[in-house]
Amino acid sequence: MGLLGEDIVTEDGEFVINMGPQHPSTHGVLHLKIWLDGETIKRVQPHLGYIHRSIEKMSENLSYRNFIFATSRMDYLSAHINNEACALCVEKGLQIEATPRAQVIRILMAELTRLASHQLWWGCTGLDLGAVTPFFYAFREREAIMGIMEETCGARLTMNYMVPGGVMYDIHPNFQNRVKEVMKQVKDNLHEYFEILTGNVIFENRTKGVGYISAEDAISYGCTGPVARASGVSCDIRKWFPYEGYDKVQFDEILDTGGDCYARYMVRMKEMLQSVSIIEQLIDNIPEGDFQAKTKNVIKLPKGEFYQRVETARGELGVFIVSDGAASPYRIKYRSPNFSNLSAIEHMAKGAKIGDLIAIMATLDLVIPDIDR
Amino acid sequence: MTNEEIKLFISAHIPAAIYEETGEFLNAIIPSEELLPIMKEMRSNRDLNFDYLFCLTCIDWKDHLMMVYHLTSKKHKHTLVIKAKITDVNDPKIETVSGIWKTAIFHEREVYDLFGVTFLNHPDLRRLFLMDDWEGWPLRKNYVDENMIEI
Amino acid sequence: MDVSEKLIFPGQKHETADGGILITKLDDAINWARANSLWPLVFGTSCCAIEMMSAADAKYDWSRFGFEVARATPRQADLIIVAGTIVMKMAPVLKRLYDQMADPKYVIAMGACTISGGPFFYNTYSVVKGVDHVIPVDVYVPGCPPRPEALLHGMIALQEKIKNETYFGKKTKEAK
Ligand code: SF4
Repeated sequence: MGLLGEDIVTEDGEFVINMGPQHPSTHGVLHLKIWLDGETIKRVQPHLGYIHRSIEKMSENLSYRNFIFATSRMDYLSAHINNEACALCVEKGLQIEATPRAQVIRILMAELTRLASHQLWWGCTGLDLGAVTPFFYAFREREAIMGIMEETCGARLTMNYMVPGGVMYDIHPNFQNRVKEVMKQVKDNLHEYFEILTGNVIFENRTKGVGYISAEDAISYGCTGPVARASGVSCDIRKWFPYEGYDKVQFDEILDTGGDCYARYMVRMKEMLQSVSIIEQLIDNIPEGDFQAKTKNVIKLPKGEFYQRVETARGELGVFIVSDGAASPYRIKYRSPNFSNLSAIEHMAKGAKIGDLIAIMATLDLVIPDIDR
Repeated sequence: MTNEEIKLFISAHIPAAIYEETGEFLNAIIPSEELLPIMKEMRSNRDLNFDYLFCLTCIDWKDHLMMVYHLTSKKHKHTLVIKAKITDVNDPKIETVSGIWKTAIFHEREVYDLFGVTFLNHPDLRRLFLMDDWEGWPLRKNYVDENMIEI
Repeated sequence: MDVSEKLIFPGQKHETADGGILITKLDDAINWARANSLWPLVFGTSCCAIEMMSAADAKYDWSRFGFEVARATPRQADLIIVAGTIVMKMAPVLKRLYDQMADPKYVIAMGACTISGGPFFYNTYSVVKGVDHVIPVDVYVPGCPPRPEALLHGMIALQEKIKNETYFGKKTKEAK
């Protein structure tokens, strides 16, 4: 009898194993039940809820200013972008816009977050596939970005910097110089990332042709972000539904047609360069003015439903607020990118070897609390 | 297709449909029994081609439950929100759409878990987040839990 | 005392003509060894885990204090750093992991969530309001998330605690 009180070997001779909830390569507390024939995966079934923190229920009792903090604990690697999505959604309800200065600061912060998130992902992908060095390389730059965050927002990871109408405080006087320094460092060092992992034979063998998903399936499973873009689905919210003036900056949506782990890897690597380019375009052009639009102390949204989507480091995050006119949301739903991306794992892993599952999970870039919420 | 054309299309299939256009997207409210045929049509019709279900959730309005489906078409770039009204709050039931969009498998399990809506013909309807022996549906407005500390 | 004379190893040094001898208690020697090679279990459930990873990187570098051998299995670990929220579904798993660890074992509760439920204290139906409802905790590190320095401080506090223990006949603590 296995962990869950079920047979370890099925009638067809398939071996059932449980991976997680405590497993170093699941990046958190994901539990996968795997049916194996030898080393070949027949079926994968994710079991969720090991970090379900009832954020949606909690938010129903918080004011429109306060519920934002909980979202930075959802996808903590894109904390800024999550906060931004909520702030934007409330602004949509109030029919106001953030001030021009705040908008540019928000984009800068969002792209720095994306960069830091992709760096962490890169380090962990290396770690999962057996290379320890990338972790230390990635954290070198990540720590530099965390330093910027700390200086301006006051926190390293869960920033809570966005408020409806703008940002909480103005940027630190040192911000621009520091960002420029770090961008130089990132650009100087990014080639090392490629040298150490991208061309590596072992890495290529473990990722090329593994975990394939076609464009059609990716759409049907609701995949977004780099996962879908690696299959050739154009889905960058920053391009399709520009918010905060993303339409005024120049950047490319990175697409690939490989659909496998390697393609997903390359998409993220190239996205880092795009983020650097966006930051460089804006860092010297932060408009003067207020960093926060005037809002009432107690925010009340009019009756209605508001949906706002943004592009986090992992894909499309949707915030759906249903308001009944009170000072806290009647219902709030987060459509999280990881949730849908994870649902495709069964499709990707079918027929792969069990070792490939690690590569698939690594390139899906899962953040489990974002799935469970 | 424009919103007007989509409206005409839905009305041709479901005369009882009600529309709301005050928000960002066009909302069509339909009775829950008529959901599956119209959804199939939405996906397969070449002019509509809603191939991407980006959000699926439920709202508890105390006297009824409202299923909300956010649909968009990657090809035609139009967006539509279908709402299905479930009047029986004690034993809510609705057809699954997981045969049309695979992402619905997970989303419907989530709604089942938190709202207690039973999806007919769903391939694998179990609790998603909570333990199997959990009692009650936490996101319902009438959920009581003595362990919960309220402000 | 001159710095060069300061002993890192616990005990007394007695100079003799050709060197010296060291007198120590067995307890001190064992505790000295144990405190400086604590192997943590990789157990991060959410946001705090990222700061725990930061503590392992080159900038904060917890290997300076002997923590670098992070283990994936509880049977090889001395210490469990609970980094992140524990929910009711996870609680039995955590208990099981704790039970699988060999004695003597220690627990650091990292972050507000593990201390009291933290940001998820009110109006949540699934969060365990403090990990000490499940397993006994030795050191609490507050913060949301605590900075890596705070975690290091907590770890050093644990080392201090271990150095003051009597190894033989150590009683296991009971969960409250
Ligand atoms: S204490 Fe804060 S940062 Fe740590 S797990 Fe809890 S919510 Fe996340």
